Parts: sequence; C-alpha cells; structure tokens
Amino acid sequence: MKKRLLSLGLCAAMTASLFVGCGSNGSNGGGDNVETSGELTWRLGGIGPTTGGAAQYGQGVMNAIQIAVDEINEAGGINGYQISFNFQDDEADAQKSVNAYNTLKDWGMQILEGTVTSGACAAVSAETYNDRIFQITPSASSTSVTEGHDNTFQICFSDPNQGTVSADYIAENGLGTKIGIIYDSSDPYSSGVYQNFATEAANVGLEIVATEAFTADNKTDFSTQLQKCKDAKADLLFLPFYYTEGSIVLTQANQMGYAPTMFGVDGFDGLLGVENFDVKLAEGVYLLTPFAADAEDEATQNFVSKYEEQFGGTPNQFAADAYDGVYIIKEALEAANLTPEASNEEICDALISAIQEVNYNGLTGEGMTWNELGEVSKSPKAVIIQDGGYVSVQ
Amino acid sequence: MKNLNKTTQKLITTIAVIAVLYAIMQTMQSTGNLSSLMSGLLVPVCAYSLVAVGLNLCVGYLGELSLGHAGFMCVGAFTSAFFSKAFQESIPDVPRFILALVIGTCAAALFGFLIAIPVLRLSGDYLAIVTLAFGEIIKNVINVLYIGKDSSGLHFSMKDMMSLGMEPGGKILVNGPQGITGTPRQSTFTIAVILLILALVVAHNFVNSRTGRAVKAIRDNQIAAETVGLPITKYKLIAFTISAAIAGVGGVIYAHNINSLTATTNNFGYNMSIMILVYVVLGGIGNFSGSVIAAVVLTMLPEMLRGLSNYRMLIYSIVLIVLMLFNWAPGILKFREEHGITSKGILDRFKKHKEVQ
Repeated sequence: MKKRLLSLGLCAAMTASLFVGCGSNGSNGGGDNVETSGELTWRLGGIGPTTGGAAQYGQGVMNAIQIAVDEINEAGGINGYQISFNFQDDEADAQKSVNAYNTLKDWGMQILEGTVTSGACAAVSAETYNDRIFQITPSASSTSVTEGHDNTFQICFSDPNQGTVSADYIAENGLGTKIGIIYDSSDPYSSGVYQNFATEAANVGLEIVATEAFTADNKTDFSTQLQKCKDAKADLLFLPFYYTEGSIVLTQANQMGYAPTMFGVDGFDGLLGVENFDVKLAEGVYLLTPFAADAEDEATQNFVSKYEEQFGGTPNQFAADAYDGVYIIKEALEAANLTPEASNEEICDALISAIQEVNYNGLTGEGMTWNELGEVSKSPKAVIIQDGGYVSVQ
Repeated sequence: MKNLNKTTQKLITTIAVIAVLYAIMQTMQSTGNLSSLMSGLLVPVCAYSLVAVGLNLCVGYLGELSLGHAGFMCVGAFTSAFFSKAFQESIPDVPRFILALVIGTCAAALFGFLIAIPVLRLSGDYLAIVTLAFGEIIKNVINVLYIGKDSSGLHFSMKDMMSLGMEPGGKILVNGPQGITGTPRQSTFTIAVILLILALVVAHNFVNSRTGRAVKAIRDNQIAAETVGLPITKYKLIAFTISAAIAGVGGVIYAHNINSLTATTNNFGYNMSIMILVYVVLGGIGNFSGSVIAAVVLTMLPEMLRGLSNYRMLIYSIVLIVLMLFNWAPGILKFREEHGITSKGILDRFKKHKEVQ
C-alpha cells in the first residue's frame, strides 16, 4: 500500500514537472521573428491561420506585419524602441486561437494585431478585454468582434457597412432591378454581409428574386445556384464571398452563357491573381476594396514590391490592412508617448484614447479615424474591373 | 482496499492521480507558476477527456464504432450555451449553469437515444455510418439555425436573420454560422475535474453493473446472449445513450469556456470525431483512464510544439504514428515483451529498485 502511494506521488510529481518545464518566464515563445537578445522592446503579437483552409489570409497578414515591423525597426523603432514580433497559428478555430493568444501572453505580448478570421477573433477579444491588452484586427469584420469590447479596433470595414453600402450603391446607380444572391451560409463573414445587404435592399426597394446558399463543404460547383438565379431572371448577382470561389462562379456562369452584372464585396479583391483563371471573365465585375496592388502611389508600390521580393505573390487587401495596422499602432503609441516599460493595462488604456485621435493615411484609405465602438471611418468604395485592372467608378 | 476487486482499485488510483494533479495545478495557478497557455488548456483538456470516456464506453464495452461523438458534443454545447444565453438575465449564475448542464446532457442523450433506436437493431458497422452522417447533419443544421428573442418571445428561422421578424430591440441568440457569441464563462477547472471524476465513476459502475455485464456479454457473443434471453436492443440502447450523454457533458464544459461558439469542421465535424476516436484507440479500447491520458497528451502536444512554428503539425502527426506503432504494432509489442518495455515490466523493475534501496 505504501509503495503504491509512493509510486503514485512520484508519478504525479513527474507529470507536474512536465508542466513546470513550460513555465511563465516568457522565453518559450516559438516563431520569434525578430532577434531581441534581452533588450527592452515592444512586443507585438499576431494571430491568424497559417495552416488549414484559410491559410492564405493568415500568411498574407503575417508577411505584411513582418515587412512593416522590419521597416519601422530600420527607421529607429517606436519612441526609440525596437519591435519584436511573434505570430502564432490558430487554424481559424476559436479554441486554438485562444491557445495561441495564451502562448503570446506567456511570451510577454503587449499589443495584439489579430486575429484574421471573425469567429476566432470574437473568442480572443473576450480574452484581451479581460486581460486589458490592446487589440487591433486587420480583417475580422463581424460586429461581434468589437461589440462590448472597448479595447478592440478594426482596420477593415465592418460587415453591416459593406452590405449597406453595396445595396445603396446598386440602387443609386441602377445597376440592377432583379437581384440574385449566392452566399456561403457556413461562413460568418459571408452570411453577415448578406444579411445586412438584404435588410438594406428591402429599404431601398431592390427586388431580391433568388437567394442561394452554399457551404464550406461544397464550394467547387455552383451550377445549381447559378441555374436558379438564371431561371429567376436575376440581372445582377450579389456575391459576398472570397475570390477563390468567385473565380469558379464567374467561370461557370460563363460556361452556362449567363452574363448578369456581377457585384462582389471586399473578398473579391485578389480575383485577378487566381491561378488558371481567365481574367477576361472578370471584366465588368464590381467589387469593394480599399486597396489596389497596382495603385500608382509610392507607399503602395513600395509595399507591393517588398512583398513580392520577400514572399512572392501579390499581396491582397488583408495584407495591406495588416501593414497599415502596424503603422497605426506606431502612430497611436507616439501620440500617447509611451515606452515598453508601461504595463499592458497602461498601454491599453492609453491606446484606446490615442487611437480615437489618430488620423491616418495608409495603403487602404485616406484620413482613417476610429470611433469608440472600434469601427474605422473609411467607407467602402466600389471599383470595376476593366482591362485587367481596377477602375474607380465614383 | 485489499478486498476491493482489481477494476475498482484501478478506478480509485485513477481518481487519486487526477485529484493529485488537480491539487498541483491549483497550487501552481494560485502561486502564478503556471503559464497562461497551460491554465487556458486545463478546461478544454477535461472536456475532451470527458468525450473520450463517453466514446470509450461505446467502442470498448458496447463494441460498436461511433464516428459522431463530436456531434453529441456539439448538441450538448449548443443547447446548453443557448439556454445560458437566453436566461442570462433572468436566472442567477449557479442554478443556471446547473440547469444548462442538465439540459445539455439530456439533449445529447436524447439524440443518442433517437439515433440508436433504429441503428442498434442491426448488426454490422451501421452505427459508424449513421453517426458519421449525424455529426455532419448537426453541424450543418446549426449553421443555418437562427434564433432571436424579443419582448414577444422566441423566434426561430432556418433561412436568415431577417425572416425572424423580430422587433428592433430584439436580441439574436443563435446567429447561423456566427454561432453563439457571449456565452457566460462558467466552466472552471474545478467543475470540469469534478465532472470528469463523476463520469469515470459512472462509466466504471455501469460497466460492472448487471446491465454492464449484459452489455459485455452481447459484445462478446450476441447469439449466445440472445439465447440466454437478454433483451439485446434495450441494453445496447442504454449503453449508447449513456455514452452520448457523457459526450454531451464534455460539450457543455467546452461551450462555457469560450466566448464564441461556432460549429466548424475543426471543432465539431468529422475531424474532431476521428480525433476523439484516436484518443480512445491510443489510450486503449475499454480503458477509461487510458482515454483520459491520451486526450490530455494529444491536446497538449500541438500546443507544446508551437516552438517549431509551421513544422509542428508535421511533427505532431509523426509522433502520433510512432505512438500508435509503439502501442499496437505486433512486432514492436514482441520486442517490448522481450526487453521488458511494457508497463508491467517497467513497474516491476521500479518496485525491485525500490526494494534494493
């Protein structure tokens, strides 16, 4: 009996030592992308899916933040302090995202730029709210992210914003009278935009003749949905989802000989870069985007060329939002005149008030400001694809 | 303790180990020695352990393969989170959580019961097929389910938010693919551990009860059991319902630990069902404490490997294959037998070593 108790105790002690091994002294952080050998730095964390189905968005955000951090560090850092950056994978899953957040907290994160996807972001923003860590998300557009959390801010436009602006724009410019909608019913972003669009469409007198849904499990064939929209004689298709599926919809509509006006939202940005996609089919497609990779201005060209050089491929607007995010944090920190010695809570409170004073000109908009709800002021602008490029229509 | 039978002794040992670990974790947490990652993982680990115990009852003792336990977890999670959210203002915290727990468990049990009625009358692998489908159906149904609440009561829709026809001030409780946001966070490590121990006791007592012995008899030889006059379907139903209920408890714990509950392939789809089956197989079919250990190790492992950044999933799968081979491959088992690398061999050596000292 004694022996049994003894072995039991030893077993428990061994297991406990396993946990102690990963103690809280903040040196275990993996993926530490900036060498910091002991000096005092700003600790910027990032969370997003770098593996799994949504990996392309997380990768883009991670790369863009890295570019911005490198630029700022080269130019002397923020208030004289360099930035250390650590990005953790969350596979776009809420529970994994919270785990990633806790890992970053152990690393000593002071400011969080993330997460990339809406569902995961809502879970993490509840955590940052409790821990008083300032959070700015490049791309989680759902209102559930910022609702009730005074420490969470968005760089992208919110779902209601996009849906409403799209409906207003279509009504004002008379782009279509019979609207067909195809959306991803398993995706928070897609269904969020759709619902707001449908609500506003009723207000401005647009007639929705067909509403067809698909899910993440069957997003390679849209012929049924397209056929139904065609049968309902829709002359405009509203497509609130991402460009990968968008390219399939355009190709299949073309094969069916169905040519309504296509109207995508900000997820369609990146459509022209899809592999094996005939870009001629994208001619005349409307979409909402704050960012065009082929814009002429110096800042955009600098970012795009650096991105292409370091990581390959053209950055999409998620990446641009993330790049802006680092500079927005920089501006707010400089306005608040903080140093990394401040506690997380001090940084959080100072940034909450500082960011509302910031007026930022970046890749994704001019004169961006934030309200206390955490929403950005920039309004979605519609562009049309002509001759393989974006043309502003307003 | 000597006059207790072997399985009871084993159960007591398992519970003692869990209790000791719990005490250690609590002390470490209160003295601030536990990393945030670990303290964040404590509750999910218990939730997955619970589901693994539930599935082990089904696979190990009922002898039927279920590929839909993530579905039962999902039912438990969503019904309880819905209840907690709907009555957030009107019922105080403690009774509401207890009620949520009961509702989540009962809902999972009910679904388990309904599925088992037709399927368990058949012999063969039909349960696996049907539960696999069930898990996917539940996930997709929840993704199109919209429930709102305003002054005139609850509104349901399977289409979208607008068709709920709510008053302007109404509150959305379940928002389709955006799931349930803002579930009160009430799962603590203490509650999770108590429920885990409770589930272990229930599972153990069930297996060794009159009903449990009947279930085992059916598993070993259905025809023989039928010949002695055992009502096969009844016993199978009881076992499967309990198994689903325990998975539901896991779901309740999971849901009340996270602010945003969504049904995706990763957390409630077939990926998760297979993952739970892996816990059971790796921990040893029919071995409840093994399931708990496997669930703990396999949930912790990918988080521990974060230091390897993008290689961690690669390493994780390799570790998984190696563990499986180490546990089950006949060649390796023989090698382990010869060189004394079995749990019994190691324990014996450990004991001898102690005596020498």
